[in-house]
Amino acid sequence: MLLGRTANGLYWMHRYIERAESTARLLDAGHHVALTGGSGVRDIWGSVLQSSGVADAFSAKYAESTEASAIDFMLRDPDNTSSVLSVIDNARNNGRMVRTALTREVWENLNEAWMKMKDVFSTPVTEKNLPEALSLIKRETALIRGAFEGTMLRDERFNFARMGTYLERADNTARILDVKYYVLLPAANWVGSSFDNLQWETILRSVSAHRSYRWVYEAQATAANIADFLILNRRMPRSLAYCMGMILLNMRDLERDYGTSHVCHSTAEALEKQFGGLTAQGIFDRGLHEFLQEFMADCNRLSSEITDSYRFY
Amino acid sequence: MAAEFFDEMRAGEMMRDPYSGYADWYARQDPADLNRKGEDAEKLFRRTGITFNVYGESDAAERLIPFDIVPRIVSGAEWRRLAQGIEQRVVALNAFLDDIYHRQEIVRAGRIPVELIAKNVAFLPQMLGMKPPGGVYTHIIGVDIVRTGENDFFVLEDNARTPSGVSYMLENRETMMQLFPELFRDIRVKPVENYPQLLRQSLAAVAPPAAKGKPVVAVLTPGIYNSAYFEHSFLADQMGCELVEGSDLRIENGRVAMRTTEGYKAIDVLYRRVDDDFLDPLTFRPDSQLGIPGIMDIYRAGGITIANAPGTGIADDKAIYSYMPEIVEFYTGRKAILQNVPTWRCSEADSLKYVLEHLHELVVKEVHGSGGYGMLVGPAASKKERETFAEKLKARPSNYIAQPTLALSTCPILTGAGLSPRHVDLRPFVLVSDQIRIVPGGLTRVALKEGSLVVNSSQGGGTKDTWVLDD
Repeated sequence: MLLGRTANGLYWMHRYIERAESTARLLDAGHHVALTGGSGVRDIWGSVLQSSGVADAFSAKYAESTEASAIDFMLRDPDNTSSVLSVIDNARNNGRMVRTALTREVWENLNEAWMKMKDVFSTPVTEKNLPEALSLIKRETALIRGAFEGTMLRDERFNFARMGTYLERADNTARILDVKYYVLLPAANWVGSSFDNLQWETILRSVSAHRSYRWVYEAQATAANIADFLILNRRMPRSLAYCMGMILLNMRDLERDYGTSHVCHSTAEALEKQFGGLTAQGIFDRGLHEFLQEFMADCNRLSSEITDSYRFY
Repeated sequence: MAAEFFDEMRAGEMMRDPYSGYADWYARQDPADLNRKGEDAEKLFRRTGITFNVYGESDAAERLIPFDIVPRIVSGAEWRRLAQGIEQRVVALNAFLDDIYHRQEIVRAGRIPVELIAKNVAFLPQMLGMKPPGGVYTHIIGVDIVRTGENDFFVLEDNARTPSGVSYMLENRETMMQLFPELFRDIRVKPVENYPQLLRQSLAAVAPPAAKGKPVVAVLTPGIYNSAYFEHSFLADQMGCELVEGSDLRIENGRVAMRTTEGYKAIDVLYRRVDDDFLDPLTFRPDSQLGIPGIMDIYRAGGITIANAPGTGIADDKAIYSYMPEIVEFYTGRKAILQNVPTWRCSEADSLKYVLEHLHELVVKEVHGSGGYGMLVGPAASKKERETFAEKLKARPSNYIAQPTLALSTCPILTGAGLSPRHVDLRPFVLVSDQIRIVPGGLTRVALKEGSLVVNSSQGGGTKDTWVLDD
């Protein structure tokens, strides 16, 4: 038995943790490109802000996107509800609310992550300290995930937390792809030639996949392979197909335990099933941008169906 | 200082018996090592998130209650006497509550004045004629005890509403066992760890008539911003029951039910950590967001047990406190084992006159105050503070009681310069249900500032592990 409010807290705690991690990856990728791209890079920080979904909030506050302002906004600005500091605060508040549903290890790692980040982000992060700050975020969120993986009972609590993680992750990957969709579009000047090195590096780094990509595909990136990897590859832990598969798996556990199926089940099943019949080429033919937009809208709908089905409020 | 106050550890040059084992161990320790352990303890507490929120500060202000690593040690014999006195007292408190919400025999007998009940804001007319399940009103009680000499124990106050601090008692022990496992091998200390199980048994034993099967117990909290939220979640966790907020609950089919992922589920026993006023907006404060509209109707119909019952505050009111010797004798037929601190009720003209003349040597408290707020410690106050307070006292005499400044016993704390005595009190926790359950120990609060007599955590107090020896 689980309170609806507790299910909600577990779900959002994990969405926020995933969001913190995703933001750290985006900043990492942006910083890497800024360092290696030289003068050829146009508005890399604007594109990072866009991938993080905070470009509008940013431009309401700043006239232009400089490295320092983008980093500050995404890491520690309280006005940015998706800044790492804001989301780790939210994650911890949700964690405090559902403390009785977490193992001691999970709670302590979350609490410690919060204490450390509050401390590190109490002053602006300079470029010199950025790598250290970003690895702190990745390390701390990994510790929470490790404790969660290693100590939580595989029951409804686990399922709701996981649904939060994978929905957030699917949404993040889709957003990263969507911001860059234009570089993946078949354009006359790249057919047959090597694809813009920096652009694909950014995309793969944003999902920590620049190494694993090479394990799966030929060294030279192509638009079709990147789309295949990030959308359809079921072994890639941040691909849309993988995330949707995990969401469905956790939802089926709930269906079996509770003996009840809800509308969210059929939505997730349909979403998961569509990946089986898709190819990268097919998605390009249909329109990558349209496909991603539709997918993100479906994720939103799925999230509110989960909220209603399991009485989060 | 040593000559003036009773010290729990030392009697002059001699070590008192309960401390002999600890003192031997202490003599073998490296002071720098002990100070380091003290810092470890703080890290442990912060990591676990054992914090309390301070009202009036930004919501980010989560504070630790300082923990001192020198235990407060009570012998088995001392404890047995305290436990007897406490048991007698909680029986009397419950009998008193039952009486004043029914026939009010004690008033009819002229033992306490009727105004004290009728005009008291802690008295809830809504509870008149109401018999809670199992006949228990105050299920969980914290009795604040101070010591002034080898055999002189006084009850400073009873906490019969929603006493807090038990999580510190448990975490303090847990921390001590982590820091000094060898001490617990050498010295036999009675365990306190089973408190949550006892609490659960105790609550389950007073399930309402409507309960079917194994009683469903839940803890009701005002939420994460409440100062005692840590304790609420800690107890729910340790008892293995749900931690609910008002927004999780509603009335379904004549029961109070919680919203779960599979629908609404009835609750049998609600251990509420929400004040009376906020419990039911239909009966008490209509603007309450923390309670459950209609819960009082269900309560009256035997659909739920509320622990502690609404209206128990009348029993720990400081004006009523002054009548506790009479109350204990009236209901138990015996003299109180634990003494009351002599108390002047400022509502009485003679007493008021005396109090005003002796402000410099008295402690004056608000009748309904708690947490050490709104009180005057005469000897520590400046002339101006006393004059300002005298005006308040004259304006509303019945709002105050006064007591002599007690020579609270001291117990050493660890400082950078070794052991140094500080004043302490003790709050044992008692569970009343089908039987009375008391865990051996309690929360020792210590005034960390040298010479200070105020032990409240909101006023610079800390805590210690409390050992009752298995001797």
